[in-house]
Amino acid sequence: MLILLFSFLLFTEARAAILKVGLHDSFHTIQAAIEHSNTGDTIIVESGIYYEHNLVINKSLTLLGKNQPILDGEHKFEIVSIKANRVLFDGFKLRHSGIATMTDPAGIKIYNVRNVTISNNVLDDTFFGIYTQNGKCCTIKNNSLKASGKEEQEIGNGIHCWKCDSMQITGNSISGHRDGIYFEFVTNSLISKNNSFGNLRYGLHFMFSNNDSYISNIFKNNGAGVAVMFTKGVKMINNTFEQNWGDASYGLLLKEISDSYILNNKFTENTTGIYMEGASRCHMQKNEFKNNGWAIKIQASCMDVTVTQNNFFGNTFDVGTNGTLVLNSFNSNYWDKYQGYDLNKDKTGDVPYRPISMFSMIIEKNPPAMILFRSIMVSLLDKTEKLIPTLTPENLKDETPLMKPLSL
Amino acid sequence: MNKVIKYVIIDILRNKIVVAYTIFLFIISFSVFSLEDNTAKGLLSLLNLILFIVPLVSIIFSTIYIYNSSEFIELLLSQPLKRKQIWLSLFSGLSVSMAFAYLIGTGIPLLIFEPSELGIIMVIIGCLLSIIFVAIAMLAAVSTRDKAKGIGVAILLWLYFALIFDGLVLFLLFQFEDYPLEKVMMLISAFNPIDLSRILILMQLDVSALMGYTGAVFKDFFGTGIGFIVALLTLLLWVYIPLLLSLRKFKRKDL
Repeated sequence: MLILLFSFLLFTEARAAILKVGLHDSFHTIQAAIEHSNTGDTIIVESGIYYEHNLVINKSLTLLGKNQPILDGEHKFEIVSIKANRVLFDGFKLRHSGIATMTDPAGIKIYNVRNVTISNNVLDDTFFGIYTQNGKCCTIKNNSLKASGKEEQEIGNGIHCWKCDSMQITGNSISGHRDGIYFEFVTNSLISKNNSFGNLRYGLHFMFSNNDSYISNIFKNNGAGVAVMFTKGVKMINNTFEQNWGDASYGLLLKEISDSYILNNKFTENTTGIYMEGASRCHMQKNEFKNNGWAIKIQASCMDVTVTQNNFFGNTFDVGTNGTLVLNSFNSNYWDKYQGYDLNKDKTGDVPYRPISMFSMIIEKNPPAMILFRSIMVSLLDKTEKLIPTLTPENLKDETPLMKPLSL
Repeated sequence: MNKVIKYVIIDILRNKIVVAYTIFLFIISFSVFSLEDNTAKGLLSLLNLILFIVPLVSIIFSTIYIYNSSEFIELLLSQPLKRKQIWLSLFSGLSVSMAFAYLIGTGIPLLIFEPSELGIIMVIIGCLLSIIFVAIAMLAAVSTRDKAKGIGVAILLWLYFALIFDGLVLFLLFQFEDYPLEKVMMLISAFNPIDLSRILILMQLDVSALMGYTGAVFKDFFGTGIGFIVALLTLLLWVYIPLLLSLRKFKRKDL
């Protein structure tokens, strides 16, 4: 009996067929091929332009595009809807999806399934790019998403995941969407080697997404940088945050984040490198802050944040805060503005460094005072404040500032 | 007139103070760049030099020079020369030598270490500040006959522009905290050449921080070509108006 069952299983496996779609092939539309296919079949699509309206993949299939066939949504339809487990969708070009704020049509939408792989596709001018709702163990890999949204409400997110688990998002390039990568209720996922730039709102935006890792991504020149909120167990390693300019624009915005690690990242030329509000038990180590307006703005609502062994170069202000309460520690960082000395040659300065200048406190209270920045008056005030701190929080200081920058 | 300018310049050079000033600027500028490991920090130190030392030397030297050459001025007046010509020649001689000293002393190291837009702007602004404070010095010197008093006025004027003005602005900012002051601040900055120069340099130096909301307001004005030209014209007005006032006074002065 067992042998019979086994042979039956083998038999069905062996039946996996290859179906071809193209002008000179047996199927002219992909939809027709899907209807004639069985679970486990492979569909190979030749190059050409296909107007499939809404292509629904409701069987576990492998779809391979040969020489990037184009699927056109004619500005009306959701181009591909995946409603079956174990689908591989690879090598297509999708363009012109419909635009609707009620149904949120996407280039590719994954509905309540698991083990789907979307790889090597090009998405051009789609409302949402790749949208996963309630997916598990899906892989989104090496896709390139491009949109040219003008207003935030007229465009969707690049890679949008809602209520997912164990996702892998790797090597994608996303630009011109509302948020490059958007996560809500996504857990245990890995986001790596993506390049998110020129998006209207955030390069990366996530909320309520616990225990995710973000590794080696680049976020550049997005409308408001990167925002991460209401999450615990975030690991951000080796990412680059660059050129996020504007008053409400942050390299990295941390709001209500706890138990997280921010390691080996680079923050370059942002108005604010990291902005922290209500962050607790976060550990920042070996990051580089270079040429930012403010390297770190840490609000008094943060606690147990440790900032250690980071490099600070050429920032206009190293640290800014809004109160005198400090429950965080800054230790063993390299600050290029440090003017102390090292008599005992232990490579750390003998006098503590106070990264908050009086003027940064003044600006926090009264932004137009920026016009007085670098005037002699202000330098004098800063110097006196360094000797006798009155306005700046007395215990926000680095007791062991490094004399030489760390090599990161 | 050219002859008088030539004589004034030769006289200033013979004086050796300007030569010393040039060497002083040169040594400081060079050491500032070679001591710091990155040029950005050197530029910041240099910024203080431009905003602090250059106006100070310019105003004090010019005031003293005018007082010391009172006999020479009287001699010239006995010649068939217009008062306007004499006064303008004095101004030209002084400003050429001060600006030249700055150009050699700071301009050369600056352009060697920072051959960018920022470097060029700093050179132009330094020269303008030198000339502005020569003009202000001449106004101070012509206002009173007493040398000690004149120098005192000059120092006070410098103190006002370099320090007190900013203090007043800060005070105003906190008094009128509740009002939108960004645009007003831009207008107020036009009343102080040192502030205006500083802001122009700041636009190049602290781009990231200035992209904040308030900064963006300033950046939108001063960062654009038109704003930059308006600011430069305002600086030129700072040469023209004190010079004009001093000229008027000089014409009517009973020597």
